[in-house]
Amino acid sequence: MNKLLLCNEAVAQAAIDAGVSGMYAYPGTPSTEIMEYFISSEEAAKKNIHRQWSSNEKTAVEAAIGMSYAGKRAMVAMKHVGLNVAADAFMNVAVTGVNGGLIVVVADDPSMHSSQNEQDSRFYARFANIPCYEPSNQQEAYDMVFDAFRLSEKYRLPVLMRLVTRLAHSRAPIKFKTDKNHQKNITLPDDPMQYILLPANARKRNKILIENYEMVRFDNRLSKFNSFEDGKERRMGVIATGVAYNYLKENISSSENSCPILKISAYPFPKDIVLGIFSRCEEVIVLEDGYPFLEESLRGLLDNGRKIYGRMDGTVPRDGELNPNIVARALGISSNNYTPVPSVVKPRPPQFCKGCSHIDMYLALNEAMRQYGNGRVFADIGCYTLGALPPYKSISSTVDMGASITMAIGAADAGLVPSVAVIGDSTFTHSGMTGLLDAVIKKSPITVIISDNSTTAMTGGQKSQATGMLDKICLGLGVEPEHMRVIAPLPKHHEENVGILREEIAYNGVSVIISRRECIQTAKRKRR
Amino acid sequence: MKKDIILSGVGGQGILTITSVIGLAAMKSGLRLKQSEVHGMSQRGGDVQSHLRISDGTIFSDLIPMGECDIIISVEPMEALRYIPWLSKNGWVITNAVPFENISGYPPISDIISELEKIDNHIIIDAGEVASRINSPLSGNIVVLGAASPYLEVVSSSSLEDAIRLFFSTKGEDIVEKNILAFNEGKRISEAIIRSKK
Ligand SMILES: Cc1ncc(C[n+]2csc(CCOP(=O)(O)OP(=O)(O)O)c2C)c(N)n1
Repeated sequence: MNKLLLCNEAVAQAAIDAGVSGMYAYPGTPSTEIMEYFISSEEAAKKNIHRQWSSNEKTAVEAAIGMSYAGKRAMVAMKHVGLNVAADAFMNVAVTGVNGGLIVVVADDPSMHSSQNEQDSRFYARFANIPCYEPSNQQEAYDMVFDAFRLSEKYRLPVLMRLVTRLAHSRAPIKFKTDKNHQKNITLPDDPMQYILLPANARKRNKILIENYEMVRFDNRLSKFNSFEDGKERRMGVIATGVAYNYLKENISSSENSCPILKISAYPFPKDIVLGIFSRCEEVIVLEDGYPFLEESLRGLLDNGRKIYGRMDGTVPRDGELNPNIVARALGISSNNYTPVPSVVKPRPPQFCKGCSHIDMYLALNEAMRQYGNGRVFADIGCYTLGALPPYKSISSTVDMGASITMAIGAADAGLVPSVAVIGDSTFTHSGMTGLLDAVIKKSPITVIISDNSTTAMTGGQKSQATGMLDKICLGLGVEPEHMRVIAPLPKHHEENVGILREEIAYNGVSVIISRRECIQTAKRKRR
Repeated sequence: MKKDIILSGVGGQGILTITSVIGLAAMKSGLRLKQSEVHGMSQRGGDVQSHLRISDGTIFSDLIPMGECDIIISVEPMEALRYIPWLSKNGWVITNAVPFENISGYPPISDIISELEKIDNHIIIDAGEVASRINSPLSGNIVVLGAASPYLEVVSSSSLEDAIRLFFSTKGEDIVEKNILAFNEGKRISEAIIRSKK
């Protein structure tokens, strides 16, 4: 059957078709639709596949490790920066190895369409000594999931699958496989010590890991995902990874005198096939949508071998995502002339929805903070980050999820009193709670505003873990009841809210203000 | 046979809907396609676009190369201009005339219209007026799709109508019929514009 699916949806459907038993994720663009597909899939419901959002990426990976420990197939999905949060679990499950197949899907965001950085997850796979698949199109992504589960179970290693925004968010017709794998029964690991990473055992496991990694590298000589196409024009060869291969073919598929092309989508990449293209061609250009991962290792430190072109010598821009025109320029193909954007066109940055609760919170906060001057409000990641833009200009930082509270603690430690943190409800349960505990223990003179719209709005309104429980959580963490205030951010309460904020900001200890009003988008959806 | 289409507008204006409708129609017509979408931050009132590539041959890139787009379909006039670098020499721009002014310093609409009129092949249609006249204010995007339908060529109007029925089928018969009406009104007006130009 052919069905039009986003690459993210194709990955989810493939996991269902390959007999996955558990899907774990925390939302994050461009990965969110993987779990969303699972949640809305009737097939997944019928097969009783576990599929619920986790509090953060670390808890998601760990739950997936548990599912795999019990002998069942598991998948976990996140955006690239989510893997930083999950890195401890991720690095160590490489050492324990897996029992049931385990795939970690990570969607990178080159050019930072919706992210703080453009880190390339292939380095994480290399770092952990595990295999990495980087599909170039939707069908390949679908097919790879089956291979990744098999590979994971063959070598007892987790497999990282790297997507990029342009692939994750592009639709194509997908041909499903009919071979329906059955979900497996519980089978505990053969070796009862496998998952016990006491140093003596971890040292043993680490040797097994390194051995397996080299075996995968050897196998990858024959991987169908690494392919070589010979060409007549042999002066210059091209190595293209993942979606870069599409941009290459877009430019040269119609040309008669094509060059030799090596497509790499399965890592670690074996020396042999790389040598193949170097033995044919005088020069090689490397095209990668991400960091110069392969290019750097081909050049080596001395960079005195064959002529290599890529991001590191400026043939391809050093950062940002690729596209057909950038690749054309790198190949020296003159592309079509095009008309520039007319000067009347103005930028249109994202902004708060009309009637958003964050707006009323910021208007009140700005007024309450006026007497202290700028530079004291540490914010976090979510829709409320838009409070950085005019006319609000309310915040001074957005670094990583949870950093608002902890940065406010550090700034207060430095003497910046008062320091204020602004954090969303989902971000608070993702990684704000531990920071608040620090503040309570240290009696930091900070004010934490939880802007609670009772959803994970930025990524499209997924369930927020602690909706209805935030007050109890804060009190449980030790916030004094008299300094745990709840306000309703509405224009009619503006004066009252400013008053409450002023009082709590002036308090020389930890105070929490929960500014609670439902996300306008969620409310609209409910009315429909 | 291929058509490279850019659909543009502001987050929340229903770009993904019309992209999906054309995509569904192309699938049903047995064509290959790739449909690149914007999800995430920009959907909060920022500029959004889809690249829709339809062909009977292999499609490699998910993104349309600059200078190769056959049709820009825009639900907002300034957003149509944002993608001019992608438009091919003989390409068409079909756009709504009604601005969506959610930024300060939005340029005078007359400046935007005069830029649009510099493009050789353009259709500018007041989709807001049409949508409210047929009593379906949320169907402006489908009006624009109707206006673009004579230029899509690879997919017929009847297959687009089928796709609209399928896409809105869960929303009830009334919504389906209103959108079919919106589609046909857009189509009728755009055909009248072509006739008057000839
Ligand atoms: C580690 C990490 N995971 C996920 C994301 C993606 N992300 C950005 S904001 C956000 C959630 C925001 O929810 P909330 O804090 O409730 O604020 P809201 O958007 O609802 O205002 C997510 C999941 C990220 N930037 N970093």
